[in-house]
Amino acid sequence: MTSWRRQGEGGWPWLAAGSVALSLLALLALLVLLGSRGLAHFWPAPVEVVTLESGERFAGQRVRQERIAGDPQVDVLYRTGNRDLDGSYWRWVGAGAIDTRRYPDDLLVLEREHWGEFLGRLVALRAAGDAVPLPAASDEAWHVLRERLTRVEALREQRRQLSEDVIAPLARRLAALRSSEALDPARQQTLTEQWEAARQRLDALDTALARDALILESVDGQRLEQPLAGVLAAWRPNAMSWVDRLLHWGRGVGRFLSEGPRAGSLEGGVWPAIFGTVMMVLLMSLIVTPFGVLAAVYLNEVARQGPLIRLVRIAVRNLAGVPSIVYGVFGLGVFVYGIGGQLDSWFFSERLPSPTFGTGGLLWASLTLALLTLPVVIVATEEGLARIPDQQREGALALGATRYEMLRRVVLPMAVPAMLTGVILAVARAAGEVAPLMLVGVARLAPQLPLDGEFPFLHLDSKFMHLGYHIYNIGFQGGDVERALPLVYASALLLVVVIVVLNLTAIFLRHHLRARHRAPER
Amino acid sequence: MSATLPSRVTSASAAVTDFASTASCFEIEGLCLAYDGKQALRNLTLRIPRQRVTAFIGPSGCGKSTLLRVLNRLHDLNEDVSRQGRVSLEGQDIHAPQVDVAELRRRVGMVFQTPNPFPMSIYDNVAFGVRLQGIKRKRVLDEIVEWALDSAALWDEVKDRLHGSAWALSGGQQQRLVIARTLAVQPDVLLLDEPASALDPISTLKIEELIRSLKSRLTLVLVTHNMQQAARVSDYTAFLQDGELVEYAATDNLFTNPRLRRTENYITGRMS
Repeated sequence: MTSWRRQGEGGWPWLAAGSVALSLLALLALLVLLGSRGLAHFWPAPVEVVTLESGERFAGQRVRQERIAGDPQVDVLYRTGNRDLDGSYWRWVGAGAIDTRRYPDDLLVLEREHWGEFLGRLVALRAAGDAVPLPAASDEAWHVLRERLTRVEALREQRRQLSEDVIAPLARRLAALRSSEALDPARQQTLTEQWEAARQRLDALDTALARDALILESVDGQRLEQPLAGVLAAWRPNAMSWVDRLLHWGRGVGRFLSEGPRAGSLEGGVWPAIFGTVMMVLLMSLIVTPFGVLAAVYLNEVARQGPLIRLVRIAVRNLAGVPSIVYGVFGLGVFVYGIGGQLDSWFFSERLPSPTFGTGGLLWASLTLALLTLPVVIVATEEGLARIPDQQREGALALGATRYEMLRRVVLPMAVPAMLTGVILAVARAAGEVAPLMLVGVARLAPQLPLDGEFPFLHLDSKFMHLGYHIYNIGFQGGDVERALPLVYASALLLVVVIVVLNLTAIFLRHHLRARHRAPER
Repeated sequence: MSATLPSRVTSASAAVTDFASTASCFEIEGLCLAYDGKQALRNLTLRIPRQRVTAFIGPSGCGKSTLLRVLNRLHDLNEDVSRQGRVSLEGQDIHAPQVDVAELRRRVGMVFQTPNPFPMSIYDNVAFGVRLQGIKRKRVLDEIVEWALDSAALWDEVKDRLHGSAWALSGGQQQRLVIARTLAVQPDVLLLDEPASALDPISTLKIEELIRSLKSRLTLVLVTHNMQQAARVSDYTAFLQDGELVEYAATDNLFTNPRLRRTENYITGRMS
């Protein structure tokens, strides 16, 4: 018998505690679901060689099993890869039809640039058209493959550097030179020579890359030749130790975070989406903070408190409840078509009819979200200003401060934590918002980051990727749902992590400032 | 503002009972004030003598704090104020349009009921008003801060933690810090709105000593509902009731020999 029952308190403390527990449980369940489904995707699952009772054999990674209603038999879903051989990536098999399942060590999984994964065995290696004898032992053959793959990776990296650091800037400079009116033949000559030299180096690298090819065989005996340049990663899941698996998983997660998407976003990573999300949120914060703070200062410190100001305040509070898609429509109409179209006709008329600012972009998306989060910042800042005792204001005025000096030196510093609280709330709201972005600038695929080494460094007019939209896009707009689902979970988890990190940054900042402008102990 | 420290000639600090012999600091003529539809001051006429301590006493809501806040025009911050009559400081109408309110408030410093140091270091609190005057040189600031803290009898207690937070001080220390902060801009008048009512007896005693020591350099106007305090520190006392000036006389006279029955009732505690 607990004490509250004896005291006749009834069950309400349990009810209250239960609500808290339920909320925590829901949150935990969400994170566990996202984490397990998303992160398991990168784990090197063992490959089974399945022999059916019909004698047919195939290799695949077991995904899950399902019992279809009314059917007594359990069906198992395998990821078989080899889309170029079988035309399909998946295979459903009745559990009863399976005769044997084996896990041979020499089974290989290749992640390829085209056609997805390959599951099967390595038969031979070919270099510049000549077959290279492979050692008989599969372990040694694996080592040879690893060496060749390391070489290809190094070449690929050289090629990437060459095209990004040398060829792309050269191409831009040449284009700029051609479009400029003042002709400079000597300069054009040297640039063209440099360009040719770079092209030759690129061709040499391509030739070197194309040297090696693998002869592969699937477990049912089909052979194919796979250029080694198209192999991104290779592993033998059944022969891996736990440490190897863990390392492989870590590399997989790392590549997911650091690479751009490939193959209709079903492969590769989400780095441009992470970057776009963070960039947009930072820009939004930079825009919304000064406006929100100034508006709050006006409402709380400058304006004569009366029915009009009360009305404005109610209106501001209600703006926070306007559905975000409405802001999207507003952004599209006013920012993109209105202001953007006008900017184009004034400054970028030479590029018309292809729009520069007259289409969705980073700037318009940030502005739209800044508008969306403005009420949050205003309300939080106003509450912070209202908490500052009038005596602080009078103390400053009584020392001969003007109203501006009082605001600038006493009131605003004391309200900084409240402003940051507003920014935290704004970030939390903006980072998860997708609907308005679809109207004002988010792109399905924009591997080019909006921030680079090219003047003006931050490309406000460029389209960008966003994690929230990416989730929607791969999950519901792509073809292969089975392949997309783990990526949806992983991206969703990542979005949560990004928002948490952004919030923690702001909270840390606020804590730091609060230590400086400590609240009275009284 | 020059950085040299004030060294006004000290007049005899014995209680001067003769009004005529002292020059006026403030002259208030026919002052009426209403705000929020309420008549707060009714036709006040009085003279506040220079380099003396003048106390305003009276029951709560009698208008004594309002009167104080008129003297540095802090009352301008309220909305819907209507005022008649004239208040002049050293012969100049403080409500004249050409008066710089910020400069007026520098000349007429004010200390509030609850200590209100700013959320910054002790040093920055004292230097706050001085910096507003455009003085930035560290040596000059150092000198003024030390002088002001010394004048407020706080220097010895805080000289080792000038850059610590002002909010870490005790209530009494905070109030003396606020006085130092006000003194640092070298005002002519110091308005004190129940400066010790939130403090313990020992801190109160220190504040009262400070008030007595300061009247050699400036004019002090004290609002208090503690009659013993008024009797202890002030030279003149004005008794206000319902926005009217009931009686105004040298403190000794008012407390020992009040002219009016209302005053007597109040100071003997028959009403509050």
